Amino acid sequence: MRYAILLMGAPYSTQASHSALRFARAVVARGHRLECVFFYHDGVHNAARLAAPPQDEPHLVDGWIALHTEHGVSLQVCIAAALRRGLMDQREASRHGKAGYSVEAPFELVGLGQLVDLGLDCDRLVTFGP
Amino acid sequence: MESTEAIEGNQREGDILLVLRHAPHGSSWLREGLDIALVGAAFDRKVSLLFMGEGVLALLSGQTSGALGQKGTHPTLQMLEMYDVDALYAESAAMSRFAVAEADLLLTPERVGETAIADLLKHHDLVLTF
Repeated sequence: MRYAILLMGAPYSTQASHSALRFARAVVARGHRLECVFFYHDGVHNAARLAAPPQDEPHLVDGWIALHTEHGVSLQVCIAAALRRGLMDQREASRHGKAGYSVEAPFELVGLGQLVDLGLDCDRLVTFGP
Repeated sequence: MESTEAIEGNQREGDILLVLRHAPHGSSWLREGLDIALVGAAFDRKVSLLFMGEGVLALLSGQTSGALGQKGTHPTLQMLEMYDVDALYAESAAMSRFAVAEADLLLTPERVGETAIADLLKHHDLVLTF
């Protein structure tokens, strides 16, 4: 089956991100295809390249990147939700005249239309939120 | 999944139901949910909105942008018609609970009970909850 995940919870604030990552691992372990994790609402904070959690806690950002590297899962971040929360890649940072950037590949900033297409194309879209 | 509703005009297959369960102003849930309605409609999808729980408060007329200086959701709600989003439903029990009368509303949703809500959830290809 082709799955996608919609994640709307901020990392470390609620269980949503941890549960989503564990669910993602379970989906691929069962031999299903996980097309994409779409980050929306406070979930966009999962794409923060500067996240530095204590070493004895799971590193969620690295967890998403590993999922991409090992299984080709695309990591799509809603650009509007990201920008207003201070999350932007190098291109957006220069467009907005910002000194630094907070999002980098394999996370991609995309429009909400991607979420609509994903929800309709995949067999299952599973939402995790606070 | 099959939809029982006819696809109107040149709209593409894949009906979307947005379940809106948060009041305006206190959080960005409502606004970010409505953004998907606009995007879905812009992509020629048939979009229906179901206002449940505190979400029915979004329909009260006479709201302004509010003390927090955030953009209110009223302009978006008023834009819905322009985008051909006219399938609006409001949870009847919530309207009673919050003493919201039809005369107080900006738009004219259809009041729905539990059975009709279950039908709505069943007959849409993509259901997103905010």
